[in-house]
Amino acid sequence: MALSIAYLAVIAALASAVIALGSNFRRNDVTRTLPFLLLGASGVAAVAAGGWALLDNLKLTQQLALGLPWMHWHLRLDALSGFFFAVVGILLVAVSFYGPAYVREFESSKQPLSVLGLFTGLFATGMLLVLLADDAFAFMVAWELMSVSSYFLVTYQHQNAPNRRAGFLYLLMAHVGALAILLGFGVLASFGGNFTFDAMRAATLTPLWASIAFALAFFGFGMKAGLVPVHAWLPEAHPVAPSHISALMSGVMLKVAVYGFIRVTYDLVGDIQWQWGLAVLIVGTASALLGVLYTLMQSDLKRLLAYSSVENIGIIFMGLGLSMIFLGTHHPVLGVIGLIAALYHVLNHAVFKGLLFLGAGAVLYRTHERDLEHLGGLIHRMPVTAALFLVGCISISALPPFNGFVSEWLTFQAALQTPKLESGVLRAILPIAAALLALTGALAAAAFVKVYGVAFLGKARDRRAAHAREVPAGMLIGMGMLALLCLVLGILPTTVIDVIDAVPQLLIGQAPPSLTAHGWLWLTPVSADIASYSAPLVLAAIVMTFFIGRLLLRRNANPIRYSAPWDCGFGPLNSRMQYTAAAFAQPIRRVFGGVWKVQEQVEVAHASAPATLVSGVRHQLHISDWSWIKLYEPIGSLVLTGARHIGRLHSGHIRTYLMYTFGTLLLLLWIVT
Amino acid sequence: MNLASLSLYHQALLVAAALVLFTSFMMLATARIRPLIFAFAWQGALLAIVTALVALVSNHPHLYVSALLTLGLKALLIPWMLHRLSARLNILHEVEPIMHPSMMLVAGAMLVIFSYYVATPIVHLSTLVTRNTIAVSMAVILLGMLLMVSRSKAVAQVVGFMSIENGLFFAAVVSTYGMPMIVELGIAFDVLVAMVLFGVFFFQIRASIDSLDVDRMNRLSEKNE
Amino acid sequence: MNPAPDPVLAWALALIQTLLFIAAAPLLAGWVKRIKCHMQNRAAPSLFQPYRDLSKLFRKDVVLAENASWLFRAAPYVVFGAFILAASVVPLVAAHLPTAAIADVIVLVGFFALARFFLALAGMDIGTAFGGMGSSREMTIASLAEPAMLMAVFTLAMIASTTNLSVVIEHNLHAGLVLRPSLLFALLALAMVAVAESGRIPVDNPATHLELTMVHEAMILEYSARHLALIEWASQIKLMIYAVLIANIFWPWGIAETFTATALAWGAVAITAKLALIGIFLVVWETVMAKMRLFRVPQFLGFAFLLALLGMLTHVILETGT
Repeated sequence: MALSIAYLAVIAALASAVIALGSNFRRNDVTRTLPFLLLGASGVAAVAAGGWALLDNLKLTQQLALGLPWMHWHLRLDALSGFFFAVVGILLVAVSFYGPAYVREFESSKQPLSVLGLFTGLFATGMLLVLLADDAFAFMVAWELMSVSSYFLVTYQHQNAPNRRAGFLYLLMAHVGALAILLGFGVLASFGGNFTFDAMRAATLTPLWASIAFALAFFGFGMKAGLVPVHAWLPEAHPVAPSHISALMSGVMLKVAVYGFIRVTYDLVGDIQWQWGLAVLIVGTASALLGVLYTLMQSDLKRLLAYSSVENIGIIFMGLGLSMIFLGTHHPVLGVIGLIAALYHVLNHAVFKGLLFLGAGAVLYRTHERDLEHLGGLIHRMPVTAALFLVGCISISALPPFNGFVSEWLTFQAALQTPKLESGVLRAILPIAAALLALTGALAAAAFVKVYGVAFLGKARDRRAAHAREVPAGMLIGMGMLALLCLVLGILPTTVIDVIDAVPQLLIGQAPPSLTAHGWLWLTPVSADIASYSAPLVLAAIVMTFFIGRLLLRRNANPIRYSAPWDCGFGPLNSRMQYTAAAFAQPIRRVFGGVWKVQEQVEVAHASAPATLVSGVRHQLHISDWSWIKLYEPIGSLVLTGARHIGRLHSGHIRTYLMYTFGTLLLLLWIVT
Repeated sequence: MNLASLSLYHQALLVAAALVLFTSFMMLATARIRPLIFAFAWQGALLAIVTALVALVSNHPHLYVSALLTLGLKALLIPWMLHRLSARLNILHEVEPIMHPSMMLVAGAMLVIFSYYVATPIVHLSTLVTRNTIAVSMAVILLGMLLMVSRSKAVAQVVGFMSIENGLFFAAVVSTYGMPMIVELGIAFDVLVAMVLFGVFFFQIRASIDSLDVDRMNRLSEKNE
Repeated sequence: MNPAPDPVLAWALALIQTLLFIAAAPLLAGWVKRIKCHMQNRAAPSLFQPYRDLSKLFRKDVVLAENASWLFRAAPYVVFGAFILAASVVPLVAAHLPTAAIADVIVLVGFFALARFFLALAGMDIGTAFGGMGSSREMTIASLAEPAMLMAVFTLAMIASTTNLSVVIEHNLHAGLVLRPSLLFALLALAMVAVAESGRIPVDNPATHLELTMVHEAMILEYSARHLALIEWASQIKLMIYAVLIANIFWPWGIAETFTATALAWGAVAITAKLALIGIFLVVWETVMAKMRLFRVPQFLGFAFLLALLGMLTHVILETGT
């Protein structure tokens, strides 16, 4: 039954794609809203199917007569795919509320709206099918569908050359990653006998080949998830896509890559070695730290959110790495805690990153500005959007009582179990990784203070920001849904963990009984004596203080007087005198200098008389990614040089080509005899 | 091993060993010559305390003599000679900015973890009460080498060399309860002679290349004649 | 072992301890001010002057800048609420109170981060250069202090195998006289982080009037009346929380483990004595050191991280294993 609901989700997504083509023939509210309605239905069905699979710990498989005649598609819905199904579903529902109002912006553009709707539906279909696939063939077909349809979405506004470049890079890296994944499946299939996941699960691999399969899967899925240093496509592709697509890409497509990694490593390869976990932990920590440092330096709102996705994927992989280290050293209960921390962060990141991208889309919708340096004061013009965006910022900065804090706390608790390890070297390295996670969290909070402070607070820096209005209700409902979920996931962690419980039971064979052992009020990983956190009590205390404070202090108070802010006696302040985004991040830029390639230019123009009087200052700041310069450009030039050398084969002379044919004929005749 | 079950002197020994490691890091972090010499003097003094505590805990009275020797030589005499040398060369208050202090910190931490990794098999085999500190002694040696590599002023290089010698002495004390007295006296005398020679050489170096920056010593090579 | 305490009594005591905590915070600030004046040979204000200052501020009328938003008005309440929560979690007079289980040390750091987030946003709200400058500097200093704080917490947690504050204190209380090098390093690191986070010299000067040298004061420049009172009180509570943490974790003798009247009385006397000593020590430190320029603060905090790292490494290498 649950599997049928899952099929319903897929079919609804496909239907939304087909119906969207209808807007080619007639443009009105119905043709614009109907595809999103179907997408929403698909989302609801996905949440239902996923939730059911999780709560009942189901394991349903079916073979469909699709695909090639001798290689049918195998489909499977179990706790792991159910969890990710639910994550995809939540975001699809939010986007279905947000979409109809948002895509009005594209109605007057040159490319047809039907294309957007078609590929959105295909994108959702692809993602859902990847989660259901139970053999390598179905997996790769669905993966390709997901990648190619998202390519068309990224290059939707293909009139701009940067968008085309971003799309090309995205497609290139998606395919390199897919190749690595395919090779990984190939290794597993050669040991298992055929391409079905069941055969791969049953296969026993030698340690060397297991490591090779793991390395290929890690590289391929890591490239799609956006780990450093193969992340370069993320900050290029996510900003140029339409905002609700960026929310889907950052929120769920990256998580589908995480799903692939977990499926291959925990389920198909199985016997995890702790060295793999250490490698994953190191790459995850590097991604988290570098991701957040690059986030801090951006002034393009959507590019900033894209780098922040790199950071959060790093945190997810840190949790997975910790879990793998504990599993590899035969501490399964501790491995479960790490896995739950990582899965919780998957859910949290999907929700709050989706909320932030939808919020950025709302700002873009009204002000047509992505650059933080041209925004400001939006809290007065767009109050509801501002409040919802604030919820997103608090959640992503991992502050209690919202959801980001719970997954980070669980990751720290998992890292704190290091004394139970035997190896002293590991016991020394894991706390260092945890300290770097703390640094990352604090820098992320700084980044989002910058974003919210510059974009929403203060005074408007530009005419368009000064005249913004609130966005339509549909968009607010979509964002509000996600904000509410941020709060709920933050104050009811025990309930959420009770639901997610089925996944470690499936993969590792152990459930963490201690996490929720003391009831819904207390979250106690390992045991109550070791650590406990009561989120509902924290929220209650904050709300109580707020109301008591206002009650006690507002009695007999005179009304508030308003006056001009403190200006040191220099006269009225204008919006140019506020801190800019680059100014806010300057101390951090100075402290962490070598991490970015910084090109800064200051030109001072002097007046004609007196010559010491400064008439204008021009400041140019350009910050680029070192990985681009040190890794991608050398690889690119290497490939081009190689291609040029091979290109010399095309000399253009007819007799040379005839000689190639002649030579091949001679060679083949010789081989045959 | 339960720390609380060890005797108080044993615990004090561990504290002193940790402080020796701390002085190694301090030497990596200071940019000026005077605090560098003081940190080195403190390292010598703490090493003397460690030796005395090992003598107390393991009942080897000859280590008291070693402790006294270390105190006199490494904590008092050699720092005094370095101080006087720097004052006469007029470099006592010079500042040499440290390149990439955060990289130094990271490299130092990794060296400590590496020496722990290297020392683990030895620790498992050893039966001495001081076996936990073997890793610390190796770390002091490696950090001394890092100091020599990362600095370009000649006096800092000498301090690094002396710090390596400190680490070797520390390793000898905690892994084999010291060396035969003849060997120790011989080494101490050699170090003293080396110090005197350094003093003479620094004046010569400054006379020929006009600075005490060892990176500039390539001026002495033939192609630069 | 102690019999299970009556839950109603326990919760009542927890509430009383929290109220005592926030009521005593201005007293600690007054004590520090008085000792500092004596050291600098000035006439000192009364010990209860901070209370008079706070009540004066509460009575005044609120004046806000023209473009202040609802966030600016709500931030002081959120900040104060977060600090009340933090105060309820830290054991002051008695350990094993039920509120100590609401949050462990890492959640405590989270509460501080929540307060700082809202304060920084409030600084950016008015749209002047001072607020932005204060927010930017505060967030930079805080991010550099976090790894040092967490590494010190980790060392403590690895020694006591827990992050629950009551259990840590109980462990240290029953361990007897043990010289642990890792605890020494963790103490030094935590002390340096406490100085940075509570905005004392050498990181920030709490008594400065020059806007360009301010960090905390620059963020709250536009606040007045009851909002300013709440924020001032909150920063006094913050200083007291750090002082109580350091006092009770590293020198836990005297803290009450049962809820009898004599144990609680001894606990109160012990913590008062410890806080008085810490106040004197803080004043001596502030008088001897000068405020550092902003870009030397990373070196200060890097040194704190080095100490914490050494603490963790010495724990792993020297104190555990065969």
